[in-house]
Amino acid sequence: MRIIIALGLAVIASVGLIAQQAPGIAKPSATPRTADGKPDLQGTWTNATITPLVRPQNQPNLVMSAAEAARMEKSTIDRRDERNQPSDPNRPAPPKGGDGSTGAAGNVGGYNNFWLDPGERIAVIDGQFRSSLIIDPPNGQVPAFTPEYRARQAARAKGIAARGQYDHPEYRPLAERCILSFGPTTPLVPNYFYNNNLQIVQTPEHVMILMEMVHDARVVRIGGTHLPKHIRPWMGDSIGHWEGDTLVVDTTNFPPQQNFRGSSENLHVVERFRRADARTINYRFTVNDPTTFTAPFTGEIPFNATDEMIYEYACHEGNYALSNVLSGARNEEKRLGTKQEK
Amino acid sequence: MNASKVSRDISIALLTAVMVAAGFWAASPAETQAARPAQVAGKPNLNGIWQAMNTANYDVLSHQAKAALAFRQGPVVPVPAAGVVAFGAIGAVPAGNGIVEGDEIPYLPEAAKKQKENQENWLDRDPEIKCFLPGVPRANYMSLPFQILHSDKAVFFAYEYAGAVRNILLKDPGPAPVDSWMGQSVGAWEGDSFVVTVTGFNDQSWFDRAGNHHSDKLKVVERYTPQGPDHLWYEATIEDPLTFSRPWKMRFPLYRHINPDARLNQFKCVEFVEELMYGKFRKTPVQ
Repeated sequence: MRIIIALGLAVIASVGLIAQQAPGIAKPSATPRTADGKPDLQGTWTNATITPLVRPQNQPNLVMSAAEAARMEKSTIDRRDERNQPSDPNRPAPPKGGDGSTGAAGNVGGYNNFWLDPGERIAVIDGQFRSSLIIDPPNGQVPAFTPEYRARQAARAKGIAARGQYDHPEYRPLAERCILSFGPTTPLVPNYFYNNNLQIVQTPEHVMILMEMVHDARVVRIGGTHLPKHIRPWMGDSIGHWEGDTLVVDTTNFPPQQNFRGSSENLHVVERFRRADARTINYRFTVNDPTTFTAPFTGEIPFNATDEMIYEYACHEGNYALSNVLSGARNEEKRLGTKQEK
Repeated sequence: MNASKVSRDISIALLTAVMVAAGFWAASPAETQAARPAQVAGKPNLNGIWQAMNTANYDVLSHQAKAALAFRQGPVVPVPAAGVVAFGAIGAVPAGNGIVEGDEIPYLPEAAKKQKENQENWLDRDPEIKCFLPGVPRANYMSLPFQILHSDKAVFFAYEYAGAVRNILLKDPGPAPVDSWMGQSVGAWEGDSFVVTVTGFNDQSWFDRAGNHHSDKLKVVERYTPQGPDHLWYEATIEDPLTFSRPWKMRFPLYRHINPDARLNQFKCVEFVEELMYGKFRKTPVQ
């Protein structure tokens, strides 16, 4: 592992990156502790990374070489720098209906690169450069769906096909309605877009995890039992306990509208927070939902300390988009004379 | 003693016996909630679920009970507005002592006019109706509780209403780079008082359902002073030279939830106001 770190350092330094920002090479130090002797998880963290949740086809192994990690980080940064070039002020408007390109700035133009902050580092856990966040199953893939999920999904697809996706606000995604972030909130998987910041405040009785989007504070109770089954708060109900130096958080009671990779309201997430060094928490999550996945799966994500401030993400208060999306659809129907409900 | 009285007395006695047997009334204060350290890092322990017990969210000034928050012209006296009449007694406003020192908000003339307009157009204008973030100090006296998470490194407020949050910065980063609903909070201890200076507000939040308002020059200095383990005295000094002719103060106690199962529930009201805000844009509006 030391050799990998040394190699990583050499390669990263040779491609001109700032060595101190590279994860996995922080000087090992004693675990910071709170007054009650527990590992201190407090601070502001980012889980942004370019390592995808699911292992790409061209990556046979969980652990990639330092050289490959450095190459991928460099190409990410080069691409970012290229996209950060000023736009041509004389460029024409996109063609009617869009140019067919995809992504945040795609088709008719949306967020350009300036707004995005998806991360530029490969995830490093215990000195290993990771090709996927999922570590189990060993192939890095989400396990196969159950027949029950497939039936549920088929019924859902039929429902969606039978209606217009802009007919009602309830048909729009939770993030567009400013109810939750568009990234997973439990487990804390990055959204690969922006604002992948979180703050942890820890007392003997509670651990509060604030996600920048949408100013969502998940207050984990230490000890105790889960809420009655019919109480289903957004982000689920989290209770925690300490196993040695690891905080283990058990979350159930998810609402049916919130899902992770197709999960149902039977989603059960177990998260493990372990302080790796002065600048890193190793975060491990296990997702189980026997009504959706044929097996549980587990992932690992480094939370890297950040000195950035978290500012208010007042989503709903400025949500002109939802009105505009819906009223735009109504205007379009009026224009085309297709007001009849599907 | 008539029969129904006897039967009621027996019921009460039975209920009492059952409750005592179930340990409901037998619990001593020590058993009601885990022992709570008096201090965190040498300062009074602010941890807990806190709630105001007043009606200031209706009106920070003293007010008598009235039929509704919004009225229209009636044949004899004003009657509740069409939008609220169905609420009946639930839509009525309870009376309350004011929380403002001197029971007066020193508005500049234009600002006083705006407060009246706000009140008259309450249904259209109160940001609480749209589930917008409540601002400070309003967040502290809404009808829902909030949780303070207080450690040696951080003081964080999580409000039940709208999931509003405030991270109280313990080191002043300088002026907020951008205005926000909840402002930028910087806290420091002065003896046993936790003093929080809040600036960087936008001009959108209100003080109450009575249309009391401010500009983006608002500055709120809050003092949280423990009065025993279960009470905090809250005092806020409010300054806004564009709105008020002088600083003014509000003051009220905050009470700690002492039940063993006390916890912050969730009131993410964004989805609750979708029909209000977007119902008119439905493919077929709900009749």
